[in-house]
Amino acid sequence: MANMAQAIRLALHYGEEYLGVTDIFGEDVGPPLGGVFTATQGLRTAWNSPLDERGIIGMAIGLAMAGQRPVAEIQFADYIYNTIDLLKLAGNTCWSSNGQWNLPMVVMTPVGAGIRGSIYHSHSFDAMMSHIPGWKIVMPATPLDAYGLMLSAIKDPNPVMYLPPKALMRHRGEELIPGEPEDPRELSKMIDAPVGDRSNWKPTWPQVEEYVVPIGKAKVVRPGSHLTVVAWGRCVPLSVQAARMVEAEGIDVELIDLRSIWPYDWEAIRASVEKTGKVMFVNEDTEVTNFGEHLIRRTVEELFYVLLAPPKLVAGKHLPGIGLADALERASVPQVEDIAEAMRALARAEP
Amino acid sequence: MSRPKLAGAANSRPALAPELLVEMHDLMVKARALEERLIQMYKQGDGFFWIGGPGEEAFNVPLGLLIKKGRGLDYDYLHFHYRNSATLIAMGEDPANPMRQMKNTATDPYSGGRNFAGHFSKREWNLAPVTSPIAVQYAIAIGTAYAQKRHGGDGITIVTGGDAGTAEGDFATCLVWSSRPGNELPILIIVTHNKWGISTHYSTQQGPKNIADRATAFGIKNKTIDGNDAITSYLEIKAAMDYVRKERKPFLLEAHVSRLYGHSSADGANRRPEEEDCIVRIEEVLLEHGIMTREQMDAVHEKWQKEMAELHRKVREEPQPNPEDVWKHIYWEGEGS
Repeated sequence: MANMAQAIRLALHYGEEYLGVTDIFGEDVGPPLGGVFTATQGLRTAWNSPLDERGIIGMAIGLAMAGQRPVAEIQFADYIYNTIDLLKLAGNTCWSSNGQWNLPMVVMTPVGAGIRGSIYHSHSFDAMMSHIPGWKIVMPATPLDAYGLMLSAIKDPNPVMYLPPKALMRHRGEELIPGEPEDPRELSKMIDAPVGDRSNWKPTWPQVEEYVVPIGKAKVVRPGSHLTVVAWGRCVPLSVQAARMVEAEGIDVELIDLRSIWPYDWEAIRASVEKTGKVMFVNEDTEVTNFGEHLIRRTVEELFYVLLAPPKLVAGKHLPGIGLADALERASVPQVEDIAEAMRALARAEP
Repeated sequence: MSRPKLAGAANSRPALAPELLVEMHDLMVKARALEERLIQMYKQGDGFFWIGGPGEEAFNVPLGLLIKKGRGLDYDYLHFHYRNSATLIAMGEDPANPMRQMKNTATDPYSGGRNFAGHFSKREWNLAPVTSPIAVQYAIAIGTAYAQKRHGGDGITIVTGGDAGTAEGDFATCLVWSSRPGNELPILIIVTHNKWGISTHYSTQQGPKNIADRATAFGIKNKTIDGNDAITSYLEIKAAMDYVRKERKPFLLEAHVSRLYGHSSADGANRRPEEEDCIVRIEEVLLEHGIMTREQMDAVHEKWQKEMAELHRKVREEPQPNPEDVWKHIYWEGEGS
């Protein structure tokens, strides 16, 4: 079972061998490190860039204009903010040129809290990114989805923002990537760079196969009948835990992993809410103009008469940052208990 | 700035062939007539905003003539700012198209009525969309240049911008990424220095006497030239381009130019008599050497002014975009990618 960092690496390997990826680059992305999360170790087209986020995004745009297929990394989403006008530009290049230019580029940047990363290694970016039209935005919660979404992102002729939750990078899934060896130790021997001198090291790639998670398609993680939880990123596994907790109390939760922030799977949300009549949205970005707020607005406008309770948002607090101390971080972004408590409140609500 | 003497003695022949000088003069006057017509369109209400490049023709026309025009890695990639109309005209662009963008018609081939005047985009000529944020093109140009470095051949990337924008970090980005050891890029970095950022004079904000000097620290060859002199511009652009094409390394060319009608319509778009006119300058050469008579040159002005007026009348009647067009091209609708 690959962890998410290995899954991304396998997807990028598949991308450079079979999908025309020409450049995988960013700060410390190439050898010897292969990325601070090891997600780009051993890749043929990986290279190190100057420590210049604007240069990284500008390079990706220019490469895409020149018919290449780049995957650029910003080491942490916290450091992508100084590129925002370039992201806007990438998002409007097709539109402002009236359809002349397209930019087949992927930007990957790890997001979110959960690793005690303090003020500048804990930001989320999904809400901010949803304000930049012209992009597609995906956020995997399992290694298999990380693999399948990366393949979709690479194949897409438009800019795609790929947001892996950094707290899940070492997270192992329950599903094998097609072609991956079953024993994780065997996979590690094949594709993890050795500690120490790695100047002569080369990975032995397993014959991974094409597996695509379509952009814009959500996943029902667990079916349920009492209430709907729509989560994304790190809040998906947290919601799974919370759902297990309340299950013992007789609350049957249907959990949807949104997977794509834009375009998103409204049909999946609607079908579930029509069944349960109750919905909460869970993510760790700050709560004011949170993407979940948009989903609540749409839920109220389109599904008002099937609702049995006001929709809920469980999200990060509207704070300038996430503090380092354990108590500070836990008070800033949703924890399992917070999600479980919201589930109970929603289950109890009566019209 | 003082005028450099032509090579050789005062009465020697110009360094460029008479036919080329006549062609350059024709294109410079044509480009000027276009910009003056665009300003007139703005003042008549046939457009919301004007910004452009009148005064830069002596530099921008030879640049256009020397560009390797086409689509793909074998041709030059162009990352321009909004003062490059004369370059497009020299490349053979139909002057009706900038007027369409001025009038934001549905027929505007660059942006379909979405963007300001001077914000060109033409994929079949590798011309990236011109954008309003200053200097971002310097950060994007490194990408096409990197692809061309890998590809080989003699196609290069050309990026232009103004002096004020060199204060932006994206200009430094361009210098850093163009000169990574072992990965030097085939990129011609151009700064047209008109001394102004809207109302703020260069000398009040930046220390370097020559912007080109900054390239020296990066090991990038560079030169500062008089961009109001068409002959100097032609020769220096050619020399810089030849170097970039052959050596596959960067070159920074800084050209002093005039801003003949101010920054944009926001500051009136009126003629600035204190700025030197590069067309007067080339006409002095043409007269001095008996290449053209005053009457012939006047006829060129008249021809293009008349032509631009006719095109204006035509473009004015073309349809505006429909409201539902806002939803087109958010994502790629073309074949493949």
